[in-house]
Amino acid sequence: MTVFHFWRTHANEFFTLLGQHVLLVCASTVVAIAVGVPVGILAARRPRIGAPIVWLANVVQTIPSLAMFGFLLPLPFIGGLGARVAIFVLILYALLPIVRTTTAGLRSIDPILIEAGTAMGMTPGQLMRQVELPLALPSIVAGIRVAAVIGVGTATIAAAVGAGGFGEYIFRGLSMVDSTVILAGAIPSALLALTIDGALTLVERGLKDFSRAHRRRLRAAVALVVLIAAATAGVVAVSARRSHDAIRIGSKNFTEQIILGEIVAQTIETRTGLRVERRLNLGGTFICDRAVRSGDIDAYVEYTGTAQTAIFHQQVDTDSRRVLAAVKAQYAGGGLTLLDPLGFENTFAMLIRGDDAGRLGVRTLSQAAAFAPSWRAGFGYEFLQRQDGYPGLARTYGLHFARPPTAMDLSLIYRALMERQVDLIAGDATSGLIDAYGFTMLEDDRHYFPPYDAAVVARSSVLLAHPDVKEALASLSGRIRVADMRRMNRAVDADHRDAADVARDFLRRDR
Amino acid sequence: MNDSGRASAIVFRDVHFSRGAQPVLRGFSLAIAAGDTLALVGRSGAGKSTILKLINRILVPDSGEVLVESRPTHTWDPFELRRRAGYVMQEVGLFPHLTIGQNIATVPRLLGWDDGRVDRRVTELLELVGLDPKDYGRRRPDQLSGGQRQRVGVARALGADPPILLMDEPFGALDPVTRAEIHREFRRIQERVRKTVVLVTHDMAEAFALATYVGVLSDGVLAVVGEPAVVARSTDSRVRPLLEPLIEASAVLGRRS
Repeated sequence: MTVFHFWRTHANEFFTLLGQHVLLVCASTVVAIAVGVPVGILAARRPRIGAPIVWLANVVQTIPSLAMFGFLLPLPFIGGLGARVAIFVLILYALLPIVRTTTAGLRSIDPILIEAGTAMGMTPGQLMRQVELPLALPSIVAGIRVAAVIGVGTATIAAAVGAGGFGEYIFRGLSMVDSTVILAGAIPSALLALTIDGALTLVERGLKDFSRAHRRRLRAAVALVVLIAAATAGVVAVSARRSHDAIRIGSKNFTEQIILGEIVAQTIETRTGLRVERRLNLGGTFICDRAVRSGDIDAYVEYTGTAQTAIFHQQVDTDSRRVLAAVKAQYAGGGLTLLDPLGFENTFAMLIRGDDAGRLGVRTLSQAAAFAPSWRAGFGYEFLQRQDGYPGLARTYGLHFARPPTAMDLSLIYRALMERQVDLIAGDATSGLIDAYGFTMLEDDRHYFPPYDAAVVARSSVLLAHPDVKEALASLSGRIRVADMRRMNRAVDADHRDAADVARDFLRRDR
Repeated sequence: MNDSGRASAIVFRDVHFSRGAQPVLRGFSLAIAAGDTLALVGRSGAGKSTILKLINRILVPDSGEVLVESRPTHTWDPFELRRRAGYVMQEVGLFPHLTIGQNIATVPRLLGWDDGRVDRRVTELLELVGLDPKDYGRRRPDQLSGGQRQRVGVARALGADPPILLMDEPFGALDPVTRAEIHREFRRIQERVRKTVVLVTHDMAEAFALATYVGVLSDGVLAVVGEPAVVARSTDSRVRPLLEPLIEASAVLGRRS
């Protein structure tokens, strides 16, 4: 499937995402101008007050954007999922360039001109409006340009907190290991950045040569910006109004999670008739956990082993019942309920090609240890590092490979195995690509890996208020087998089917 | 200097002023009659610019008084005072983002004149300084020569027809030929507008060319003040060094002829 074909078949969605992206950037840039220019003026006038502010803006700039979203999610008013927190983060990033160029622009003005204005009887305000700001304007616009271009890039991360924009395609493409979908988001986002850069460069040049024609064009440009800002304010105000009667279902940002989110959402819809709001594709375990604790979502699907290690920071345990009980108790203490597992486990899968497995008669990891010295291995970065990853695995089974394992990105690892660049990989037990490529999953016969049973985490207060929701969620326990999950993942990843349709088919057939 | 019986437009009464621990003026007194052109001559750092800034209240004296139109400067609204005292400086300081016309219109605009009156005034002033209003009014400062910019500087200072004109080394950056030309021009203009002019310069020749009175500033006090012919014959040791270059020049010219 080409990128153009993808855009044609997703035209409506594309324009929605474009709109969201532009709104995120415009709203944040306009607010950053409104705050940054006065702060820049203050910093130029009173360095003693200004210097710490510029320092603070510098520090903010160094915080990775995903981490920033994580910090802000639990805060009242600005926190929560959606456009509001995204715009707030984008404002923080846009401030530094604007403050800096405002200060620099004011400081670079020839002091003779200030002296001339003062001697002519201008008040400080008149001097600022008639002399200083007009002369600093090209520099300020340069800062706005940098801020807006940074904004277009950072706004792609905003998809992780459910704010939409082209980041949706990028995250979706990454989780589907489909570069077409990644490009479908990356290309327009890059073009948007270039367009904004070009337009503001023209404004900047126009301001520098002070001619009348440019002045008129400038007035038109300013009017346009104001119009967009007003429209943005309206949309944000509307979108910020939360609906309190709906059940909100979240998911992490990979294929399996999106399908599971749909299954949970559709089950509640059909069984209770309540309205369900989908907050799928959130950026990872951390953000989902924050969201369900703060009430931005009411439920999502988590894995027991992940909850124990990544959320509750406990030692790895390999007994699935003990893990389930421990995690349930931990969640209960935080006002959350972990329901009984869905029926499948998404553990690390040690995979080899099917023809190797058949030829050598290898079924288990213990058997594989004998052949490992002639094999090359490929692992993700995380698996190579994690306590429950490669180091322990090698010790448990006495694995020694032909050469040290190659670290590679998860999106490339299945293809590398198929193309015989490596002979053994660590993948996902539920990956649709296992069946698609005919790989064999080696059995963990010494039970090295902790259990990763999938189960719904929900806010206890919501389950108390809506017994029918609890009933609906409970009906999913034990219903999804690992083969079902692989088949559904494959339908989305390999056959490019819609996750909602795949979930609907599963629920219909399984009824 | 008040010999003609006209009222004093500007008076310095025993003014002391220090920059940090460094005394600049120590008991400086002076009276300037309305319509006179006074040139203050002194070496660099003698406090010439300070005197101008004390007149338009960018600075205030440590002790003593500066009176403008019989009122001490500290009782004036500083912005109103500055709009009544046009300022011309060596660097001109035209606003690069405005046209020549808009530059000249600065003070009239601050005073809230209506568009028609401002336009008429700009045309009048450009004609006064010898620049074609139709051509030059719409140009930008960087499209003018140094001499033309200096003329615009004078026109801008005269913008709202202020009674006082303060000039800080106004023509020092021009080449000698252009300077001689603009000196003639200035005398012609002053003949018509009759402002009270205070001009500071380190160039005695410029002072003689422009002023009705010349004062010599030395060690924070006024050493000598009088008509150019009187100052030129002064034997005061504080005045002679400033006259030396002129005497040498005329000696050279004398030998030639």
